[in-house]
Amino acid sequence: MAWQLDIILFVLIIVAAIFALQIRDLLAAVIALGAYSFFAAVLLAEMGAVDVAFTEAALGAGVTTVLFVVAIFVTRRRSED
Amino acid sequence: MRRLPVLLVLAAFAALLIYAEGDLPDRGDVQAPANQHVSAYYIQHAEEEVETPNIVSGVLADYRGYDTLGETVVIFAAGMASLLILTRGGHR
Amino acid sequence: MIDRYDSLIVTFTTRLLVPFIQIFALYVIAHGHFSPGGGFQGGAILAASGLLVRISLGQPVVRWFTHSRMRWLGAAGLLIFAGTGIVPLFFGSAYLDYSGLPIPFLSGAALRATGILIVEIGIAMAVLGILLTIFDHLSGWDR
Repeated sequence: MAWQLDIILFVLIIVAAIFALQIRDLLAAVIALGAYSFFAAVLLAEMGAVDVAFTEAALGAGVTTVLFVVAIFVTRRRSED
Repeated sequence: MRRLPVLLVLAAFAALLIYAEGDLPDRGDVQAPANQHVSAYYIQHAEEEVETPNIVSGVLADYRGYDTLGETVVIFAAGMASLLILTRGGHR
Repeated sequence: MIDRYDSLIVTFTTRLLVPFIQIFALYVIAHGHFSPGGGFQGGAILAASGLLVRISLGQPVVRWFTHSRMRWLGAAGLLIFAGTGIVPLFFGSAYLDYSGLPIPFLSGAALRATGILIVEIGIAMAVLGILLTIFDHLSGWDR
């Protein structure tokens, strides 16, 4: 079908995942993880699984990001390694 | 240089996965083994048996009710665990 | 721990957005039979609206979704789900077989659709309650 869109979204997902793994700042990593979840939701919606895309957008990109940010601010922000 | 064995193992694993990916059925393939048994029954009978045009809802809540109940119990257990671990102040 | 973030833009945007988010969440729950959505998604969107109020407007604004109610809401949602499964057992049906629910004027497929709606509401209550409970205890609101 629209396989070019799939390829673009897959590349964006991989870039966001690598960025979230490599960056030192934990807050930026969390935001990159939210972007990863959002691209995954768009990919799922494009594949026709709208129910799963709903869940991914609401839970993965919304609630999980907020929970991670709160966890970071409760603990220390900078990574040690 | 210390990373070389790790990279080799990862490259071998990626090659294995890419090799196995060639035998997977296409997305949405009707002839795929996963779509052979009960999926056809759900698609044919969900409209008249549960009166839900959205087959996903009918399957999740009615045909596969045990699964959804298990999911809800898992979420509930997660909430109770965080309530037990993160509550400070001890005995109240 | 979380105070109000004193910015006119944040306050105004949150007050403008939250009612629409909650109406949309209720639509997603109630319309799950006919369009994509359902209890899990609607409950997650409701919880997201609660989180938005909590992180931007602060604790004193929260009036309905208070953290002492949320754990009971989660438990009640799970109880509704499991209870909807148990009730047909007393009327000669199997566990979670909604066609055995004792609702008058409904039978067969319509009764099963009604059972799905009840179960979706239970799932939404459980997800909403549990997600907000986790947030409250993580951010230290109970102290």
